[in-house]
Amino acid sequence: MKRYPNVSGSIRRRLLLILLSGAVILSLGLFFTFQNFAVNLAEESQDNILKASATSILDAVSVENGELNLDLLYAAFSMLSNDADDRVFYAIRANEEFLTGYKDLPRPEKAQLTENYVTLRFEEQPVRLVELDRIVSVAGSPTVISVAVAQTLDGQNALLSRIFTVAVSAGLGVFALVVLLALISERATVSPLIRMTDSVGRRGPNELRPVAAPVPVEMEPLVVALNGFMDRLRKSLSRTEEFIADAAHRVRTPLATVRTHAEATLLRVQKEENREALWEMIRAIDESSRAAGQMLDHAMVTLRADDLEREKIDLGELATELVDRLTPIADLRDIELKLTTNPNVTIEGDPILIQSALRNLLDNAIKYSPPESDVSISVNHQGARASVQIQDQGRGFKADNIPELTNRFQRGENVDGIIGSGLGLTIAADVARAHVGELKLHNNKDIGACATLLFPSL
Amino acid sequence: MRYFIISLFIILLPWRLWAYDIEDRIYLGPQNAPIVLKIISTADTNFFRKVIEDFLTRNTGIAIDYVVVSSSDLMTAISENEETFDLAISSAMDLQTKLANDSLTSAHQSDATNAMPDWARWRQEVFAFTQEPAAIVLSAAAFDGLKLPKTRQDLIEILRDNPDRFAGRVGTYDLRKSGAGYLFATQDSRTSEVYWRLTEVMGGLDAKLYCCTSDMLNDIASGDLLVAYNALATYALSREDAGKFIVIYPQDFTTVMMRTVLIPATAENKAEAARFIDYLIDIAWAGGATSSSPLSPLSADLSSVEDAVRRIPIDPGLLIFLDEYKRQRFLSAWEDAILQE
Repeated sequence: MKRYPNVSGSIRRRLLLILLSGAVILSLGLFFTFQNFAVNLAEESQDNILKASATSILDAVSVENGELNLDLLYAAFSMLSNDADDRVFYAIRANEEFLTGYKDLPRPEKAQLTENYVTLRFEEQPVRLVELDRIVSVAGSPTVISVAVAQTLDGQNALLSRIFTVAVSAGLGVFALVVLLALISERATVSPLIRMTDSVGRRGPNELRPVAAPVPVEMEPLVVALNGFMDRLRKSLSRTEEFIADAAHRVRTPLATVRTHAEATLLRVQKEENREALWEMIRAIDESSRAAGQMLDHAMVTLRADDLEREKIDLGELATELVDRLTPIADLRDIELKLTTNPNVTIEGDPILIQSALRNLLDNAIKYSPPESDVSISVNHQGARASVQIQDQGRGFKADNIPELTNRFQRGENVDGIIGSGLGLTIAADVARAHVGELKLHNNKDIGACATLLFPSL
Repeated sequence: MRYFIISLFIILLPWRLWAYDIEDRIYLGPQNAPIVLKIISTADTNFFRKVIEDFLTRNTGIAIDYVVVSSSDLMTAISENEETFDLAISSAMDLQTKLANDSLTSAHQSDATNAMPDWARWRQEVFAFTQEPAAIVLSAAAFDGLKLPKTRQDLIEILRDNPDRFAGRVGTYDLRKSGAGYLFATQDSRTSEVYWRLTEVMGGLDAKLYCCTSDMLNDIASGDLLVAYNALATYALSREDAGKFIVIYPQDFTTVMMRTVLIPATAENKAEAARFIDYLIDIAWAGGATSSSPLSPLSADLSSVEDAVRRIPIDPGLLIFLDEYKRQRFLSAWEDAILQE
């Protein structure tokens, strides 16, 4: 049975969201910084060449014999040559009067210029323009020579689109890298949680040991809480089992008294229907008492399994003793218990639990055997393991529900008419598991069932 | 495919219709062709006839109206736009560049233009398709047995040493009339001071000034002229009487002009004009000019002077010498040197 928790949000998703938004912000930031820087650089380099060109033209202005003289240098324009073959325009004016160049080239207002530069339109295309001034003295009167040089922006735009491509790839590259790191760190963050979930999930139903595997410091409170919780659970569980044992014990004693009285009454009652009723009563008392006994056993197994007492046990001796004790019960139904033991089949374990397991199995065998049949018990080595095998000549298990038989209160399907609590096999299986052993159930080839308890040999 | 070749010499009207003089005009291709590609050019018809005919065999449905003008008239025709042309072909690289700089041209980009050398094209608007060196052309008869000049300095010495022989018999372009001459002269002056010394020497010998290379060559052929400076070598080499000339590529530097073609912004048949340009680029740059190429009269073998070749770059620097101030200054310096009156 699984209860689905109230899930809201995901650490992994939240972590990824944070990291990815970080990645987006980082790459966008990088992109814009880079782009901005490169654009400034590109504009600046074009501005610088324009300025050099204008300066060289301005330098070529001289006054000869009281007349203005312009000797433009070839380099003034050839320096503006670039891969995009940008167009070049210029205008030279003296005291606002046009001297030479492109007469229509706009004359920018001083306010329009940022450090002598301005971007404007000329002949239906955007151009970058620089304007420089110089005052010369012509025939004794000061004359302002202004030189404007403009260039189209094709080269700069080509450069900018190249820069844009680089900036985009840099941004995307950083984004990809950060995403990769985000995925790695997300995995690293969540993996201890997954590991612990797995190890807790793999635990058996009665495994309530504290978590001992190393965990990161952030998970310490969780593990402490979990361990504390399991501790409380274990205590509560053992209290419950103690209570059951106590209750079973308290029920059993009065039942024994009631049975004695019933038997005594039976001797005195003559009427057939009354005797029948008394027999029914005695059988019901037997069943209750047996169930109480098994509940006691089961509680014992649960309690002791956590903190196993370990001592050397000779399985042969233990079986012999048990067979002796159960022979009278078997005799009642003319069932013969045949015990074969090998010497020195020893294991380490809790004698009370082992005995309880064996007794329950043997009890079952006797119970499900027809009268005048044999139940054979053999104690053997089986490789590195010690085995106790109990075979009867009864009806056997129904083959398809063998795995479920060891569940608590789960009875086989062909039990009709036979009294049982469904705890016997559970007890045997729990004991085997507590001893790192195993309970194997199968049907004999010809007739009857076979139960084998296996433990690691000493 | 048959096509008619019809040459039409336009009768110049008594009253001038255009601001430019038409020197020659031919019409090639079918008379009723749906598209008549109008080409304005500075190249003589005899240099271009083969090119046009070859183009017309490859492109049907087109006829070509080929108008020959001087380079400055070509500039005027395109910039004042009294008559629209689909293509302008000129040897005046500076004027062609200025047309493109002034947005009077229209751009064309194709596989052919992408494949041509980068230096042979400016923007996607001006495309060079020839390399024509400016040479010293000598009269073969007059220099028979004489030591030939290899450089401008050699020429200066020969002229100085034989003033009587060369007086009135050296010639060069009249820069005031010839765009190509002005371009060669300005580029020479950029490269070396020796240009000015040579010009002064020629001036001292009472140099004859010409509008065009063909006139210089005619005078050499007739024996009136012995030395022509900065004449187009290709013109001399492709003449039938080429044996009368000794063509010298100066080894100090050989200025190489590139003939360029462009599509005026006002062109009416831009697609066909673009096809013509691709064709020109293809025969000029793809296979390398061979003697079988229709361009062969306009292509020169420069391998003997490879290191001395100074190709005039198509760049905004060309605009400098078109500046009126600069031009006046240069021409007055040149006049001082060549017209020593």
